[in-house]
Amino acid sequence: MIRAAIALLLTLCALPALAQDSMPPAPFAYNQLDDPRLEAEATALMHTLRCLKCQSQSIADSDAPMAGDMRHQVRSRILAGESPDEIRRWLIARYGDYVSYEPEVSATTWPLFAGPLLLLLVVAGVLLRRLGKRRNDGGEAA
Amino acid sequence: MIAEIGLAALWLAAALAVLQMVSGAFALRAAEGEVNPLAIYARPAAVVQAVLAVLAFIMLLWAFAITDLSIKLVASNSHSMKPMLFKLTGTWGNHEGSMLLWVGVLALSGGLLAGFEKRLPARTMGATLAVQGFVALGFYAFLLLSSNPFERLPVPAAEGTGLNPLLQDIGLAIHPPTLYAGYVGLSVAFSLAMGALLTNQVNPSFARVLRPWVLGAWVLLTFGITAGSYWAYYELGWGGWWFWDPVENASLMPWLAATALMHSVSVLAARDALRTWTIMLGVLAFSMSMLGTFLVRSGVLTSVHAFAVDPERGAFILGLLLLYIGGAFTIFALRAGAVSEGKRFAVTSREGALVFNNVMLSAILAIVLLGTLYPLLTEAFDVRVSVGPPYFNPAGAIFAVPMFLVMAVGPLLRWKEDKPKRLQFELMLIAALVIGTIALVSFFGQFPLLPLLGLGLAAALAVAAFLPLKGRKLSRVPVATWGMVLAHFGVAVSLFGMACEGAFSQERLAAVAPGGTEQVGDFSFTLESVTPVAGPNWTAIEARLAISKDGGEPVILAPQARNFWSPPMATSESALLTRWDGQLYAVVGNQAEDGRWQIRVWWKPFVTFIWYGGLLIALGGILAIAGRVKVDVKRRVASAKGAERRADIEALGAAAPVPAE
Repeated sequence: MIRAAIALLLTLCALPALAQDSMPPAPFAYNQLDDPRLEAEATALMHTLRCLKCQSQSIADSDAPMAGDMRHQVRSRILAGESPDEIRRWLIARYGDYVSYEPEVSATTWPLFAGPLLLLLVVAGVLLRRLGKRRNDGGEAA
Repeated sequence: MIAEIGLAALWLAAALAVLQMVSGAFALRAAEGEVNPLAIYARPAAVVQAVLAVLAFIMLLWAFAITDLSIKLVASNSHSMKPMLFKLTGTWGNHEGSMLLWVGVLALSGGLLAGFEKRLPARTMGATLAVQGFVALGFYAFLLLSSNPFERLPVPAAEGTGLNPLLQDIGLAIHPPTLYAGYVGLSVAFSLAMGALLTNQVNPSFARVLRPWVLGAWVLLTFGITAGSYWAYYELGWGGWWFWDPVENASLMPWLAATALMHSVSVLAARDALRTWTIMLGVLAFSMSMLGTFLVRSGVLTSVHAFAVDPERGAFILGLLLLYIGGAFTIFALRAGAVSEGKRFAVTSREGALVFNNVMLSAILAIVLLGTLYPLLTEAFDVRVSVGPPYFNPAGAIFAVPMFLVMAVGPLLRWKEDKPKRLQFELMLIAALVIGTIALVSFFGQFPLLPLLGLGLAAALAVAAFLPLKGRKLSRVPVATWGMVLAHFGVAVSLFGMACEGAFSQERLAAVAPGGTEQVGDFSFTLESVTPVAGPNWTAIEARLAISKDGGEPVILAPQARNFWSPPMATSESALLTRWDGQLYAVVGNQAEDGRWQIRVWWKPFVTFIWYGGLLIALGGILAIAGRVKVDVKRRVASAKGAERRADIEALGAAAPVPAE
């Protein structure tokens, strides 16, 4: 608990520094958490968050200073006991839907989920039509 | 003079494309068995065009080799101090150069088709060449009107700007040319499909003409994607090998379509079934190639708005895309009714399994297409969403898992109709392998679902790949069948690598003082020293890491953090320790204030199998081509011998023997 409190304090101290690229990276940008379970949780989350300054890279795959700061945010919040979902929501509230690689069903993203469902139906239809009936060789042209 | 020769060659090639198109179209007006006098120019036009386009590309290559700074493209993308290899590869490390390579390969494959393909009926060949010329003309126009690679500067530059350091790697020599050759090889498949559709010649002998082109393009695509994935893996410095980046998706989509097309062509050649389906896939495959070119070349990926502000190039390719894809699908819709569906077959037959997997591949293609285009679509309405691995992986798996299961069984089925009962033993074996592997792995720990499924499927596929050889005399198995076995085994190997990387990777990020030791998996690494080093156009910090497994003899790895000065950019050069059972991946980062160095090390078990698998798949394709060519040559020799003998007999004046039939 004390460690969590210190980490939170450190996070708050580090916040003003986030704005400047020339500052040294935040402590958890390039350092892992000691607890392997928490670190695994943080890594899984980081792989699904977008580095906003890069082209198509997650914050776990980037050297950009901003990605480092976001990694620090994720790790310190996990250490403070927040759940990955809470952190994701906090980041989305700050940076918008764009920051999360895991699209959630919403007014703007529903086609992404309707698409595969529709596709499943179409695929089932095509297969039933092509393969459903047993046909004899030399049948008529379609 | 170099630039002027190149430009002139390009204009001439464009003019020949017009000739090829018009002359090819006249072949359609000839009556059956006759040759239209205006149709004879199509073939020579295609061949000469190929020579001219390749000449233009060589001229640009030459300009880059001598760093001719009076040419705008060279000045803005090259540098006199760059190593020779990167001067040459820099030719296609930019927009104009890569489009010239694209067009060069397009003309070359058209020329090869015109020069060497003698089996097709004259009308079909004419239509095919007309379509090929039409496609080429569009891209010549794009190159000449909106992205001229040979543009001169009013005053030559004193020094070039240089090439993006991430591209200064041997990967640039391999990845784009093979990928482009694959992309563009599909243009021949497209033209052939359109030619056959227009002249109603969709039949097995057409499929045999089409097959080597599809196989060749598919092998090159497979190789290009594999090389690109490994390049991204070691160059980007974070150990990822596939990012579902739109640029990667742009190369994956034609591959998926080409894979489906290749299998469909085999069915058409062997069984005269799936006629319309094959044509549709042929159109789809090249459409995906052009869509990929549009995505990568239009600037639409950096930002939809950047594309809207400077739309000339993007709009041009988009126009070409709509013209060709729209035109092709219109012709398909109008003519497909005239093509009969071909021979029928039962559900449980090899054709049935192939159709199932064709549909699954198309479904995966649709998922990738949706996930790639949807963010671009919403961005146009100022809503920004990100679609990444958490979407693509599960959505793709819905279709990939059944596909892999059917792929294990499909090659064991008989053509036309088969009884599942006959394969009871094999089916039980495959099911046991999937379930057994998953149970065994879950016994040792908690792993994510998809890698677990991947491991089970990989085990089953690896065994199932060799089942078609069961009970056959190995020395008499055709080469093409070996190709299939090898390629399917390659899929299993690759899947195994992906699953292991996903489930068992270990990561260690740490700030290490010189002399300090850290641990990752079974390996311990000691930071021995950090020293500055210099290259031809960069300076770097090099870390020496002594790596030892379980306290054994240490091996030295030397990752670097490089700083290039033209253009100024920092990159990390990872150092890799490759063992048979995986790779150790080390990167050095910045120095912290207390003097310690940021070191990142991963142990990735069996990660190399991803690319070994890719190479096996490509090798399988090469074997398949070799096998087909061998059979074809044998047949030609036999028929030539037969003709010779008949001629001899006729010359002797004897009555020709009646062929026994």
